[in-house]
Amino acid sequence: MLDLASVDTPRNRLLSVLLLAGLLVSWEVVIRVFGIAPFILPAPSAVAQALWRGFANGPFLQHTLITVAEVLLGFIFGSAVGLVLGVGIALNRHIAYFVYPYIVMFLSMPKVALAPLIVLWFGLGITSKIVTAALVTFFPVMVNTIAGLNAADRDGIDLIRSLGGTERQIFTMLRLPAALPMIVAGLEIAMTLSLIGTVVAELIGAEQGLGMLMQSMNFSMDTAGVFSILIVLAIVGLVLNQALKSARRRMIFWENAGRAASTPSKRASPATEVENTLAVSR
Amino acid sequence: MDDRISQDQRTPYRASSPNFSAAPGAHPSAIHVSALCKTYGTDDTGVMALDDINLDIRAGEFVTVVGPSGCGKSTLMRMIAGLIAPSRGEIRLGGDIVRGTRRDIGIVFQSPVLFPWRTVLENVLIPIDVQRRGRQQNLPKARDLLAMVGLADFAHRYPAELSGGMQQRVGIARALVNNPAILLMDEPFGALDAMTRENLNVELQRLWQSNGNTVLLITHSISEAVFLADRVVVMTARPGRIAEVLEIDLPRPRTLEMMGSTAFGHYVNRIRTHFGAKGAD
Repeated sequence: MLDLASVDTPRNRLLSVLLLAGLLVSWEVVIRVFGIAPFILPAPSAVAQALWRGFANGPFLQHTLITVAEVLLGFIFGSAVGLVLGVGIALNRHIAYFVYPYIVMFLSMPKVALAPLIVLWFGLGITSKIVTAALVTFFPVMVNTIAGLNAADRDGIDLIRSLGGTERQIFTMLRLPAALPMIVAGLEIAMTLSLIGTVVAELIGAEQGLGMLMQSMNFSMDTAGVFSILIVLAIVGLVLNQALKSARRRMIFWENAGRAASTPSKRASPATEVENTLAVSR
Repeated sequence: MDDRISQDQRTPYRASSPNFSAAPGAHPSAIHVSALCKTYGTDDTGVMALDDINLDIRAGEFVTVVGPSGCGKSTLMRMIAGLIAPSRGEIRLGGDIVRGTRRDIGIVFQSPVLFPWRTVLENVLIPIDVQRRGRQQNLPKARDLLAMVGLADFAHRYPAELSGGMQQRVGIARALVNNPAILLMDEPFGALDAMTRENLNVELQRLWQSNGNTVLLITHSISEAVFLADRVVVMTARPGRIAEVLEIDLPRPRTLEMMGSTAFGHYVNRIRTHFGAKGAD
């Protein structure tokens, strides 16, 4: 990530807000001065109104909840399958041998392109959305799990082995925790993809959800409504990603160890450290 | 505190290693290597890493192995640890033939090999966890060892908060936590700067003198080899062979000042003759 902390001053925050306000105002002015039709490009004020109406006395909240549920369920199922397959492939050469050709084939294929088929097979309900989301989710989790489990230090493996440790101990004490940063990185990609997969499936055919809502607004030339849904989707994506980021900080607590040296007050107590480690190594 | 440790460890050989069932009447050497060969790849086309290695190390002895890259010294160490199998010949530890890894060996690698998600103390406890000896009983021992390597105050820090020299000290404390009869060290100070390295050499000597383990230390550095050793095994490369085994007759404890003495220089020069103008590297 870029290091933006050093320029995150109060003055720059104010400037950032002013920049946003300036952009919105000039957008509004351009629309009014040139008389651009609202169904081509709505003014920010119209988008804000659509957003307000949608949540205050419209169906936005209900559809947002449906979409979020689909995203999360797809993410959970897809990640679970990705994790299990990844562990299997990383640990067992036979599984790897038989599964690898399909992985290579799938690798270059845009998985969302399967969405029309999945909607055809699983119908217009939420099942087809969850399946699509799971399908696009499982891949990065699996690939990162394989890479992460193979990233363990050779000497570390030899260390445990030289002490008479078993393969199982090598896995739980070293390979799995060593793989965690990569697995979680895979989960972060997967969350973004899960949202994309869900919305694409909803656009193709759905009874509920933000994608379906957007599609129907598009047909009725309610462009301001479409924009307002885009904003909702952006916020949903942002919230989900932040949730994962804070989970990452807790799971991979040792990544902060270098920084903790300079701020001892922020360090976890020894007791929690032991608990964390136990949780990780089990 | 230090006394207690040394008491515990002065006889680690018998105390912690029921596997070392010595033949009646005999005094088996701690490490006995005979006619050892290692070939990588097939027998006729393979690369011979070690050729006819014979070595006998007494219990409590400090032996260093010095030689150029590719002389097979790491291979030798890995075979003694039971991590890889010899092509021919045999290795006996305390009389028992090595057939795989065992529980009474401590290893220190060139990199510290600390697990970043474990605190310093928990890293020292890795052998205890692997061998399920019980954290509670061994906690005092782990803390004592950390104190001996000067890291008592860092027990609850994470490895990322430590310098390279401190990390390697943790690695040494960890290698000693399960009272190993034999301590194997594969270029443990190779990645450290010269001053840290010399200080750790002095510390290692002190630890060894109070613990009494058998130590086999592999190094690139001729002066390190002479400084630490009772005997220096000089190896040459391609294939790896023992060129000379040199008894180092210098008083203990040795000090860094002694490295400037005539006797020390004599040993260093003697070893250097085996490597020609190229030096050990």
